[in-house]
Amino acid sequence: MIVYIAKRLLLMIPTLIGVAILTFVLLRVVPGDVVEARYLTQGNQFQSQELMDLERHKLGLDQPLWKQFTTYMAGLARLDFGLSMWTGAPITEEIKLRFVLSLQVAIMASIIATLLAIPLGILAAVKQDTWVDYAVRVFSIAGLAMPSFWLGILMILCMLLVFHWVPPMVFTPLWVSPSENLAQLIWPALAVGYRYSAVSTRMMRSSMLEVLREDYIRTARAKGLWLKLVLVRHAVKNAILPVITVLGLEFAFLLGGLVVTEQVFNLNGLGLLFVESISHRDYTMTQALVLLVAAATVLANFVIDIAYAWVDPRIHYR
Amino acid sequence: MSLIRSLFALVATLALAVPTTVLGQQPHYGGELVFPVPSEPPSYDGHREETFGLIHPIAPFYNTLLRVDPNDKSGVKPAPSLAESWTVSPDGKTYTFKIRTGVKFHDGSDMTAKDIKASYDHIIFPPPGFGSIRKGQYADVESVEAPNATTVVFKLKHPSGSFIASLLSPYNFIYKADILAKDPHWYETHIMGTGPFIFVEHVKGSHVVGKKNPNYWDKGKPYLDGFRAIFIRDSAAQVAAVRGERAQIQFRGFTPAARDDLKRTLGDKITVQESPWDCILYVSINHKKKPFDDPRVRRALTLAMDRYQASAALSKIAIVKDVAGVQVPGTPYATPPDDLAKLAGYWRDIGKSRAEAKRLLKEAGVPEGFAFTFSNRGIPMPYEPLGVWLIDQWRQIGLNVTQKVIEPAAYFGVLRKGDFETAMDFQCGYIVEPDLDMYRFTSASRNPANYGGYEDPVLDKLYDEQSQSTSPEDRKKIVREFEKRLLDEQAHVLMTLQWHRIIPHSSKLHGWQVTPSHYLNNTLDTVWLSP
Repeated sequence: MIVYIAKRLLLMIPTLIGVAILTFVLLRVVPGDVVEARYLTQGNQFQSQELMDLERHKLGLDQPLWKQFTTYMAGLARLDFGLSMWTGAPITEEIKLRFVLSLQVAIMASIIATLLAIPLGILAAVKQDTWVDYAVRVFSIAGLAMPSFWLGILMILCMLLVFHWVPPMVFTPLWVSPSENLAQLIWPALAVGYRYSAVSTRMMRSSMLEVLREDYIRTARAKGLWLKLVLVRHAVKNAILPVITVLGLEFAFLLGGLVVTEQVFNLNGLGLLFVESISHRDYTMTQALVLLVAAATVLANFVIDIAYAWVDPRIHYR
Repeated sequence: MSLIRSLFALVATLALAVPTTVLGQQPHYGGELVFPVPSEPPSYDGHREETFGLIHPIAPFYNTLLRVDPNDKSGVKPAPSLAESWTVSPDGKTYTFKIRTGVKFHDGSDMTAKDIKASYDHIIFPPPGFGSIRKGQYADVESVEAPNATTVVFKLKHPSGSFIASLLSPYNFIYKADILAKDPHWYETHIMGTGPFIFVEHVKGSHVVGKKNPNYWDKGKPYLDGFRAIFIRDSAAQVAAVRGERAQIQFRGFTPAARDDLKRTLGDKITVQESPWDCILYVSINHKKKPFDDPRVRRALTLAMDRYQASAALSKIAIVKDVAGVQVPGTPYATPPDDLAKLAGYWRDIGKSRAEAKRLLKEAGVPEGFAFTFSNRGIPMPYEPLGVWLIDQWRQIGLNVTQKVIEPAAYFGVLRKGDFETAMDFQCGYIVEPDLDMYRFTSASRNPANYGGYEDPVLDKLYDEQSQSTSPEDRKKIVREFEKRLLDEQAHVLMTLQWHRIIPHSSKLHGWQVTPSHYLNNTLDTVWLSP
């Protein structure tokens, strides 16, 4: 197992290098750069080519691509992501500032999704083709059909119409004021968690239905085992494996993918930073964020694989 | 008799005083102003940036040499700020400013003429290797001198009709000379001025907080205890913030739909201020591509546009309203509507106008159904509705237009390369002033923002003449000639509609006047909140 873990960890390195190269190339293929984004988009009457050349020189954008690439890769080797081309601030600082919020929303949304998806999926499978099953299916299909940002807009409108209240607009860390923190983050977590639970609920239901038809379940019931015991000890443990995969991968996505939801709730998270860095053509920031999301995805996959072995004793890694 | 006179005076004084108090016009001290800002500045340096995202949260920490009178709705009247007064030499080439005494920077040091000189040198004559974004605007300035602590002298190469207006720029923050001498980049990452508010914090991506400057030179001001500028990109979230009474105002502007929604739901709790906006979208025509090198074709394009009908219809859904030439309607150099209606594309009879457009196209050999591309910037408001309107207008004269929407960050790069046939461009200024508003339309050889790539020495000559004219009446005439050549005779560019600024704000907010520019009136020293 230890050898397997070490192998998997080492394999992450070439994957991340591949992502870094791809991002570097793709960003430079797209027209425009950070200097144009900064000095040409505001309708300045007196544009200065001299200023733009100076800025490009300062940022190293006038250097040949191979040189820019080697500088970038050398920085990565030292785990130095450099400075944001837009703000000039260290990238790690900019990311750290938003990471706490994004992580908290991702964790809260995952908890909400898990709490909704697993019980509802089991219930729908056990009560197949009854009104309970239909209700759960309608609930989950509605979750799939509604984008979380749209649900977020509806939530805000409802709060405004009914309570004349909107969530706080500035992030307060949980340890500073839990009530203020939850007043802001519970709503996006609910909007995203519901959407996220919809996929997992359907996955849990179909997986449970499959497992419930297995011989060993029938044998357990034939032995006279209590239904709840059969479900918990035999059925759920086996049915939950695909759901773990979905939950894990969604978690990685949530770290950097909540772009529109973050805009709707005005959350200062990684998703918004991502979009802004792309629209500003902030190469260094975009490269670092893509790498962060890639690392989170690779790591989530790894944790999922390890979790398989923990949940299902038949699985061994060598 | 004198007793009667005194009593009369007392009654008169009370009569004047009572209504102001009753109506709540007596400034009230205290409170925190909260406002959303739709974009965040990359740095804090006003000399380097050109986004309102810098002005709205950062301007309250600074003063400028002069300012626009905060009570002037037209947004053009100069008022003293760090300069108490100024004189102009008879030859119009030397401007002498008397600098206010007793002004302190937030670090407690005195502000003197030396700081003004250093700040303007930073803008006009930057040190080697340090670019200045506004250097071109002050090309007429020969030198800036500070002969003593209370005098600053600007010497110009020739007289200028717009020099005072150029000093009203809200970006020209006065920095401390000693700091600039040590590190010209210091102000990119730090804030330290003489303004009515002192910097407290900036959480990147989230907000900027300022607190009242107790030692502010304008005694009795500011009225607010502080302000909080919150960065909110999404317009629906900005409206929700005002509607949920978490914010009192957004200084850039809302759409007509948002205004109506706020007014309907909040009633008297919302006050709406509106003004023509010193921003306009216009069509750049690539003169290097056929048949757009032919003025007849360009004139046909403008003659196809029914601007009056568009004004009535689009003003209900978009942030545009007035039919305009090269100046914001209602401002000193703007062409009156009846004179404007004589220019091609501004005729009141659209049938006659379109018939002339078709005739010109035929004469120029452009076939019926001629197809071309219109490049538009991928920003919904107001680019999208105006783009759709333009295409419809050109179809009315038998042209077949395809819209190509380009991502905003790449847009101007594409235009600079000349990779378009017709494209939406824009002009936005901090003050309505012919020099600032018309420079974009001079020849490409002197102006890199001329994406159409045309050369027009006549237009350039007119520009220079009006710029150097110190007589407002003469200048007005030259501006009209410039406008006629630009929009009618040559139709180098096609104006759409003037933007319209709509500011619905909390009725508790007072002491703030909307102007045609969203870069003005953001020092917040006159703003107060009623309880």
